[in-house]
This record gives sequence, C-alpha cells and structure tokens, in this order.
Amino acid sequence: MNELIRRLLFLPEQASEYARDVDKLHFTIITVTMVGATGVFLAALLFFVKWKRRSDTDPTPRVQPTAVHEVFFIGGPLLLFLAFFAIGFPQYMRLSTPPEDAMDVYVQGKQWMWKFAYPGGPNSLDVLRVPAGRPVRLLITSRDVIHSFFVPALRIKQDALPGRYTQTWFNADRPGRYEIFCAEYCGLTHSGMFAELVVMPASDFDTWIATQRRGLASAQDSAPIPGEQVLPSSNIVEAGQRIAAQNGCFKCHSVDGTRHIGPTWTDLYLREERLQNGKTVVADEAYLTKSMMDPSADIVAGFQNVMPTYLGKLSPPEVAAIVEYIKSLRTTAVATGPSEGPVYESVIRK
Amino acid sequence: MNPSSASDLLYNPRNYLNSPETGLRSWLLTLDHKRIGVMFLVGTTISFFIGGVFALLIRIELLTPGPTIMSAMTYNRMFTLHGIVMIFLFMIPAIPSGFGNFLLPIMLGAKDVAFPRLNLLSFYLYLTGAAVALYGMIQGGTDTGWTFYTPYSTTTVTKVVPVLLGAFILGFSSILTGLNFIVTTHTMRAPGMTWSRLPLFVWSIYATSIIQILATPVLGMTLLLVAFEHAFGWGVFDPARGGDPVLFQHFFWFYSHPAVYIMVLPAMAVISEVVCAMAHKNMFGYKAVAYSSLGIAFVGFFTWGHHLFTSGQSAMTGGIFGVLSMLVGIFTAIKVFNWTATLYKGSIAFKTPFAYFIGFLFFLVFGGMTGIALATVSLDIHWQDTYFVVAHFHFIMVGATVMAFLAALHYWLPKITGRMYPEGWGLVAAVMIVLGFNFTFIPQFLLGNSGMPRRYYQYAERFWPLNVASTAGASVLAIGLLIVLVYTLLALKWGPLAGPNPWRSRGFEWDTPSPPPPENFEVTPVITHGPHEYEEPYPDLPATAAPEPKHV
Repeated sequence: MNELIRRLLFLPEQASEYARDVDKLHFTIITVTMVGATGVFLAALLFFVKWKRRSDTDPTPRVQPTAVHEVFFIGGPLLLFLAFFAIGFPQYMRLSTPPEDAMDVYVQGKQWMWKFAYPGGPNSLDVLRVPAGRPVRLLITSRDVIHSFFVPALRIKQDALPGRYTQTWFNADRPGRYEIFCAEYCGLTHSGMFAELVVMPASDFDTWIATQRRGLASAQDSAPIPGEQVLPSSNIVEAGQRIAAQNGCFKCHSVDGTRHIGPTWTDLYLREERLQNGKTVVADEAYLTKSMMDPSADIVAGFQNVMPTYLGKLSPPEVAAIVEYIKSLRTTAVATGPSEGPVYESVIRK
Repeated sequence: MNPSSASDLLYNPRNYLNSPETGLRSWLLTLDHKRIGVMFLVGTTISFFIGGVFALLIRIELLTPGPTIMSAMTYNRMFTLHGIVMIFLFMIPAIPSGFGNFLLPIMLGAKDVAFPRLNLLSFYLYLTGAAVALYGMIQGGTDTGWTFYTPYSTTTVTKVVPVLLGAFILGFSSILTGLNFIVTTHTMRAPGMTWSRLPLFVWSIYATSIIQILATPVLGMTLLLVAFEHAFGWGVFDPARGGDPVLFQHFFWFYSHPAVYIMVLPAMAVISEVVCAMAHKNMFGYKAVAYSSLGIAFVGFFTWGHHLFTSGQSAMTGGIFGVLSMLVGIFTAIKVFNWTATLYKGSIAFKTPFAYFIGFLFFLVFGGMTGIALATVSLDIHWQDTYFVVAHFHFIMVGATVMAFLAALHYWLPKITGRMYPEGWGLVAAVMIVLGFNFTFIPQFLLGNSGMPRRYYQYAERFWPLNVASTAGASVLAIGLLIVLVYTLLALKWGPLAGPNPWRSRGFEWDTPSPPPPENFEVTPVITHGPHEYEEPYPDLPATAAPEPKHV
C-alpha cells in the first residue's frame, strides 16, 4: 500500500525511517483533504443540479447561517488542521534534534559544488559517503551565497548560510546511491550543483574511512578545488590547533582550564554559559562559530567585550577545524590525541 | 437626444467614456476613478500578456532536460522577469487598482474616490515603476529570482538596481491606492450605507488596502537596502561585509507574505459578488465572509516565517509560524463553505462568470489544502524550494487570482463597456483555461514530490515526462487566454448592447446605467437594504441584451 501510493505521487524511494514517517503524514493529508474537497464539490454540484435557474426573475428565499453552521465551519477545519500539525511538528522537532551519538560531517556549499569533510581528515567533493544504520549529523555552511542541501530520498533539506553553521541529521538505513540537490537558487549553474549520497554498509564504511585516514587513497576524492585553500594536515583537530595558534587565539583563551582574558576552551563544547544579558547559551557549533564571526553578540558573563571579529579572516574550513579542535578539548571524553582516531569512532561503536 | 428611447436604456448615451470629452488628453489628465480604473486594466492586461510570454518561454526551455532554446543566463533572467512582471505589474494592481477603482466608489454610492488626484498619481507611479523596471530588463535583466535573496542579489553581475527601483516605485502606487480606498470607504458612503450593508467586494478590498499601506513600506525599505548594498557595498545582508543573510528573508517575507493576500483577497472580493449574482441569492453568512477578510489580513502579517523553515530558525519559531499559517486556512475555509452554501436554494445560471467561480473554488480548495500540508512543517522540509511550492502558489495566487480576474472581466464587462461578450466562446475559453491550468500545475506538484528543485535550467531525465506534460498544459492555457483576449477586444466594438443589468444582479453597482455616467449617479442613491437581496421579484425593466449583435 505504501509502495503503491508512493509511486502514484511520484515520491522518490524512502531511504530512512524518517522519510517513511513523513510520507505517512503525506498520505494521510492527501487522503483526508481529497475526501473533504470532494465533499465540497459534491455539495456544489448537488445545489447546482437542484437549483438550476429556470427564470431570470424568480425571487429566492433568504437563507442565513445558524450558530451550528458557524461552529461546524470553524471547528471542523480547525480540528483537522491541528491534528495534522500535531503529527507534523514532532517530526520537525525530531529532525531538529540530532542524537548525541551521531557522526559529524562538515558540509560546505560553494558555487557550484558540495564539499564534505570528516573529522580526522578525509574530505571529498560532491560525494558524501555515510554508513547505513548509523545517525549522521551534517554541519552545513556556505562559502559564498545561500545554498540548500537537499536529499529527496531522505526528505531532508537545510539551507547552507555563509558565515553560519546550520545542522540537520539523518539515519539512512538502505545502502544505495541517492541524489543531493541544491534547492536554493544560487546563480548560473544552480541546476548543476549536484552531488551524490552513497550509503554504504557500515562495515564497508569503516574500512573506507580507515583507508582514507591512513591517507592511502587520499587522492581519490580529495582533489583540491582550484583556488580553494587546502588544509595541509590530514587531521582536522591538529589543523585546528595550528590555525588557532597562528591567529593568536591562545593569547586570550587557555586550553588548560585556567581563566584568562577569554573563557577557557577546555570543556567549552556543550557547556552552558551564562551571558552578560542574563540569558544562558549552550556552546555548540553554532555558538562557537558565531563567537568567532560576531564576538560581541553574546559575551559570557564576567568577561570583557574585547575580541575582534574573525569574519573574512578565517575561511569556513578553518572555522570548522577550530571548532573541531575545541570539541576535542574535553577532560571527560576518552583520551584523544593527534595520533589516535577521532572521538566519535569510540562512541558509535556499539 | 431622446432620453426615453429604447436604445438609450440599453446603452447610456452620456457615459464616462464620452463625457465630459473624448480624446487622449482628457484620458491622460482625467480624475474620474472609472477612467483611471480602465487605464489600470489596460496596463495590467498588457503586463499579463508580457509575463505570460515569459512563462511560455520558460516552459519551452524546460521541454527537454538539457538546453533547449536559451542559455542558462537567459533562463535565469526569464524566470526572474516572469515573477516580477506577473506579481508587481499584474497581480498586485490588477483587481484592486483596476476593478477596485472602477467599482468601489459606485458600490458605495459615491461620485469618486476621496482623493482623485492621488488616484491619478498612483496610475502614473505605476507607469513610472513599470518603465524603470522595463529599462532594467532591457539593460541586461536581473537573474536573482523575484525574491532577490541576499547575498546573491548583492553580488550578482546583472543589473538589479533598476528593477529594484522599479518595484520600489510600484510599491508607492500600491500604497496610494490603498490609502485612497480606506478613506473613501470611511467617508464617502451614500446615505443609508451602513457597514453591515457594504458589498462584500468592498469589505475585501478594504482589507486588502490595510495590508497595502502597512506592509508595502517594509518592502520599499528592504529593496532600497539591497540596492544600496549592491551599488555602494554597504554590509547589511552580506555576511562577508558584516551583514546578516537571513535578515533579508525576514524583511522580504514580512511584505511578500501579506502580498499574497494583496493578490488573493481581491480575488475573494470578486467571487463574493459573482457567486451571489450568478445564483441570485443572498450571501450565506455575510458577516462571516466579511470578518474573515479582515482575519486573513490580520493573520497574514504573522505567517512570514513559514518561508524560513529550512533557513536554520529555531524549531519553536517554526512551530509557531506553522500554527499561525494554518489560521489563514481556517479563514479561507470559512469563505469556501459560505460561498458553497450560497448556492443552496438559489437560482443558478451556468454563465461564464459562474464557470470561473467553479474554477476559482477548485484552485482555492486544492491550493489551500496543499498550503495546510506545507504548514505541518515536516512536509515542508521536503517540499521547500521544489516544484511543489511552485505549483502550490500558482494554484493559490495565480489560479485563484486569474480565475477571479476573468470572472470579473466577464461579469463587469457590460458595466464597464455597456457591451456583452459572446457567451459560447466565453464558456469554451473558460473550460480550456481551467483544464490547461490543471494540466500545467498538477504535473508540477508531482515534480515537487519527486524532488525537482525550482529554478532549475537542466534536470535529471526522470523528471522529463512530467515537464513535457506541464508544457503541454501551458499551451492549452495560453490558447484559452488568447481566445478571451480576442473576443473581449472584438466585443468592445461589436459586442451586443448589454443593457443596464444583463445579469439582473442586485449588486449596488447595477443600479446605475451602463456604462455609468461620469458622476456615477444622476441623484445620490439612498441605501435601504443590503446588497444581493433577491427575496422580491425582479422589477420589470428592459434588462436583457439586445438580440441583434450589431446594434449601434
């Protein structure tokens, strides 16, 4: 039944549990609204047949609604619409809250290509490889104008904004190759901004990423984009540390937990910070990126507003590297270091 | 001149078309709301034609997955121009500034609008804005899409500034017309014309005017900021210069979402009149329809965030905007139910305006239902920026508005020109237009389902069959519209004389001769009842069209 309606509506294959759930809502709404609309038109047809004009001058009786009509006219659609919303909104919430154990992939849109970077070094152009059956979180940004990362088979879409990180996640459970489109108009070759999602069996993926990390097959997918700055290090955390040092971050931010001109980076990731204006904020990727681009927006209570903006000074891969470096500075996390695998590997191994 | 002759009753000899004088100068300097309305109708119809040609070129280009007749750059300019011409030059002014100008004062029993000179200025602002935008199109065109999203629009190599300025000027035309209508409705009503006797057309146009004067300034401000950023490099929206890229989307949709109701509410205004006149029936639930117009105008201001579900706004913001968007659906549903219930125990004539009413109802119901589906947020994530959204807003904005525009054209043609269109051709064209429209946009709903993003110059082969179907539908639609254009132009000269009230309608605008005299009424009318009351038999007046087609 699912398959039949899916084909009738020309929907692409459903590569995740989320996609199947969204489609269920889709089918429900289509069915209910079709029935409702047919009801309206049948009523109109009935009235037309019954009260077709016989003479141009005949009077017609005055008919006015009663309270029952009004309650029905307002309450009927209201209940129906709220029911749809009650199903749809939790799905959206689910899409907005990636699971804790998701593997991170950095996605960067650029006129007119997609670049994917995995913590630990490997990156690729226009091909996103992910393991089947494991949650993957995408941290999405853009180098130039707004793009939108769209995988029809997963029913997900997230805009890529310059100077910001947005996120979405998925758990593809069917190995295969799926289309990735850019959905936000971005100029001349908008329709050519095409990439491929390759969902691999988890064991194949582990082999692949390990090979990538060892650098054996590094030439395969990671040919540098012309004019694109390439991070020479194969390890994104290491690169982050180097970039932070080059840009003078350590003049104000310590990495040993001590308080200095700025907040320490140790255990900063996902820490709840109290701001000067009394609000609290969780230091996630979005906050860390924003703090580099627009430092004066959210000052942590007890610190001075002295940090300069790094907007235009740091490229998106550099920002990603620094964020990844900050994420690695966790005292409670399993020991990480440049020589070992990145932190997520130990988490997703079940 | 013999005032009591039969031909004088059929065709008012002293009308606004020939009095106080004829000649180009008297039209260009006229202060008569009817002449200004007619000039708006001519201007918007020309724009509709130009925008339609752009649409056909787009559909021909999409006939094959690769390049067909134009380059990617030309295609990008083409869909931008299609959007700008159709929205700013046709749909926003067509019904309010065209039919609204002509009818609103007559329906109120007034001699003119409150500020006739401002009204003329509004028309010239429309012409100026159109000319500036046209200059921008010829001088290279814009390739940003009509939405002008930053930072693309502030970094593109094409000329966006003239087009932005054109839209900016057009905004003032819209504001002035809205202001004029609000003041007219408040101060110029005939004796006895209480608010509960206002024709529903006026209620809906009134609600539209409120949106026009409250929302349009925001668009003007936003477009100016984009023009400044593009021309002088100010960092307002471009993050590379310290701006905020999403801020533009908030500003833009704060106007452009209510703008959808600037286009749809006048369509609802027309339909409320047409359904009563065609069914010879009082409106079922007059108050519900009147207040739901105001409700849509109000709620319409708080739904703009549903254009930003994928822009990285918080889930809570998404949820709030989702629920608020559904409220628009409730108000629309109230109207749909009331229009349908109006047919109950009526005396229904299946004439061309009624055919367009059916088409309108169809597009509004299905377009509205897809709108509800989009407002569930999770479904929107898949559909956002795909052809599904394209089809959705074409059903609502274009389907409903064009249906209403054509219904208005046929219903009020005898009032405006004193002559009748050919009924047979009218029905043929109506069927072609409704079917053509469905064949154009139902494939686009399915294209969106299958994941084809909008504004694509090339596409994957699996999208091919549906694109061919859509183009085929568009050609049927185009032929239907051409038929309407041809017989309407012919009817202006050779149409049979219609008489003052060929529909035996009880709308107030039919109480004056057709075409109306320059001052609308010989004596100021005194209103003693509501509009469209059909309990009494029709008074015996010569109302039917003359049988001979060439009566002069």
